[in-house]
Amino acid sequence: MTATSDIRTEEMLLNMGPQHPSTHGVFRVVIRTDGEMVIESESHIGYLHRCFEKCAEGNNYIQVVPYTDRMDYLCAMANNLAYSETVEKLMGLEVPERALYIRVICSELNRIASHLMAFGTYGMDIGAITPFLYAFRDRERVLKIFETICGQRLNYSYIRIGGATFDITDDVLRDIQTFIDYFDPVILDEYDRLLSYNGIFISRTANVGILPADMAISYGVTGPSLRGSGVRRDLRKDEPYCIYDRFDFDIPVGTGEMGTIGDCWDRYMVRIREMRESAKILRQALRDIPAGLFCEKKAFRAVKPPKGEVYHKVEGARGEVGFYIVSDGTNQPYRCKARGPSFSNISVLDALTSRGDCMVADMVAIIGSLDIVMGEVDR
Amino acid sequence: MSGTFLAASGVDALADLAGGWNTSREQGGLYIEYLIRDVVGLQIADSVITGASILIVCGLVFGFLNVFALWAVWAERKISAHIQCRLGPMEVGPHGALQTIADGIKLIAKEDIIPRLADRPLFILAPIIVFAGVLIRFVPLPFGPHLIASDMDLGLFFIAAVGSIEVLGVIMAGWSSNNKWSLFGTIRTATQMVSYEVPIGLAFVTVIVSYGSFSLVDIIGMQGGTLAGSLSSDGMPQEGWFWHWTVFRNPFLALMFLVYTVAGLAECKRAPFDLPEAESELVSGFHTEYSGMRFGLFFLAEYGVMYIISAVAACMFLGGWWTGIYWIDQIGLGADASPVGVVFGILIKAGCLISKALVLVMVQMWVRWTLPRVRLDQMMHLCWKVLLPASLLCFLGSCLWELLFGGGAFLGAGAVVR
Repeated sequence: MTATSDIRTEEMLLNMGPQHPSTHGVFRVVIRTDGEMVIESESHIGYLHRCFEKCAEGNNYIQVVPYTDRMDYLCAMANNLAYSETVEKLMGLEVPERALYIRVICSELNRIASHLMAFGTYGMDIGAITPFLYAFRDRERVLKIFETICGQRLNYSYIRIGGATFDITDDVLRDIQTFIDYFDPVILDEYDRLLSYNGIFISRTANVGILPADMAISYGVTGPSLRGSGVRRDLRKDEPYCIYDRFDFDIPVGTGEMGTIGDCWDRYMVRIREMRESAKILRQALRDIPAGLFCEKKAFRAVKPPKGEVYHKVEGARGEVGFYIVSDGTNQPYRCKARGPSFSNISVLDALTSRGDCMVADMVAIIGSLDIVMGEVDR
Repeated sequence: MSGTFLAASGVDALADLAGGWNTSREQGGLYIEYLIRDVVGLQIADSVITGASILIVCGLVFGFLNVFALWAVWAERKISAHIQCRLGPMEVGPHGALQTIADGIKLIAKEDIIPRLADRPLFILAPIIVFAGVLIRFVPLPFGPHLIASDMDLGLFFIAAVGSIEVLGVIMAGWSSNNKWSLFGTIRTATQMVSYEVPIGLAFVTVIVSYGSFSLVDIIGMQGGTLAGSLSSDGMPQEGWFWHWTVFRNPFLALMFLVYTVAGLAECKRAPFDLPEAESELVSGFHTEYSGMRFGLFFLAEYGVMYIISAVAACMFLGGWWTGIYWIDQIGLGADASPVGVVFGILIKAGCLISKALVLVMVQMWVRWTLPRVRLDQMMHLCWKVLLPASLLCFLGSCLWELLFGGGAFLGAGAVVR
């Protein structure tokens, strides 16, 4: 460096986004670069703000459910589930057994679909376009199943207060079983061969964007991004909601297999391994699902929780999805506050990219590894 | 440079076309010029013939490049589609075969946008220079025996030298666009292409010292073994088989072929070295601001370079136009060959050379749709710390091998051929 230190280099201010192929939505980062090195970055959010919380105050409890779909549109089932369970907790409503299983099945299927999207777009960020289409080939099968269940491919509004909107037929259960049998053993290995253990992919992601566990916790990072840092926290195990305590599954965490714990590869790999665990849960749920009612019908007509407030959170595909609802005894929430995991996860981005060891290409790798959905960040 | 094209040939043309490989190269000049003047025997002023020849050659090469690009774009879309469990274009023509023509019409018909703050002259000139820099590399590139614009003495050297013109055009494009992403792409391009010219140049040098000639026609001729029977006295094989190709000549040249292939990928800015236009990082790199046919020229140039890199690899390492089977290669050779046989032989060999190049182009596409992109520092690391030492090792190893086991053909073979 001594030879080049006399050369004066100028810094360049680069505006990445809001329209950029790799910011996963309308997200803007202003980066200060010295050549290819990023010196500092500053995130700007809010381009997709749709006043979810204010809208929730103007609608009754049932009408709020479709708004939750549009937060994290890649994992809408988790949002539906979080909101519905929060209201049910406020009302003290018991949900029928079959509905609980339906909820687990849908959440886990949606988690697989969401992680497939994360896998595909991450490959694209790193420059491999083919994994994206492989992921979409399989995600398509999940979306087809959802289409059969509730007629929707993205914004399901399927899980609702009191249970689910429709029952799942045996045909659909068989379809899901076929999908898991197809997906679990072969396809995930295919992904590993195609991308996960590709030399170039490893060199691009290992030891890049290292997020230490304490830093992740202090920024409120949750979900696969936190588990990639080696923290074994998963609400499905730690604070079991719904009926997750009945299933046997593991929580994959980052081990620094290819580099340092908490690097991009770890965060990526946690998602791939979680898909296997989701498939494991699905197998058990499909085996155990009882007959019976798929919803509590009385919650379909009027939802009027007593006065009070409650906070409830579930594990979505990107982390902890939480709702804090204050009820004044009417049929509309007095206040509804949502905690979106992407919002907390994205807050760590500037800290990760401003350490001076990040290149412009790493910037893209880090944003991708956090797997953000701007619809949820801005709400 | 056109000075080298201007010269007449005094060889007995018909005998030469039928039996020998010597062209008008020793005097320089376009091959077609020599054909018009000596074979067809037109009695016009030399300058008219020269001018017409240049136009014809430009037209032919430009036509070939366009047809190749049309085919390659379609093939790339189909190959990528089938790699990715898709169908690709299916609507325009059978299996979308006319899709590229439709796209071309769209590109030509598009509004030509020049950003207000762009440097107009440079912005307009850049795609032309890039395209010209690619087109001019076709001059010493053979498409088959006798199918060459000009078989110049310093063919490979010429290809390496004018290859740098493209970098100039790319830098102009990125700088004049007045766009930060373009600037990033430009700097990456300059870094990448200048660096990877070193291993490519060493690959050229290794092949050149093995055969003692800069001319691709000579290099191909010697890989055919027989070469009009003139080599038997030098210990070179009498019959030409595929194991006489450069890549099988010695292990170092085989390794050199790999080095050249990797460096060639970087030279055409293809994945995994597509950093200059890394779409997920730099939007589109140096041609972000270009639209319409100006963008089309960059696109054509990219495919042109793909063909050149592959064709040069086929000529240098994979036996050029030789099929590798002695009996087929002999068709149309020899003093007693009939005119039909000569033409038939030329067509077979041209098909063989172009097929080899297209197979290598397909390998480039295959790699592109499989691998992720490397980072800038990793790319430079690969170039300077892996490819450069490897190519130096190959160069030295190959020279030693040829000295020890080459049977006297080393460095002197070219002279014998002439």
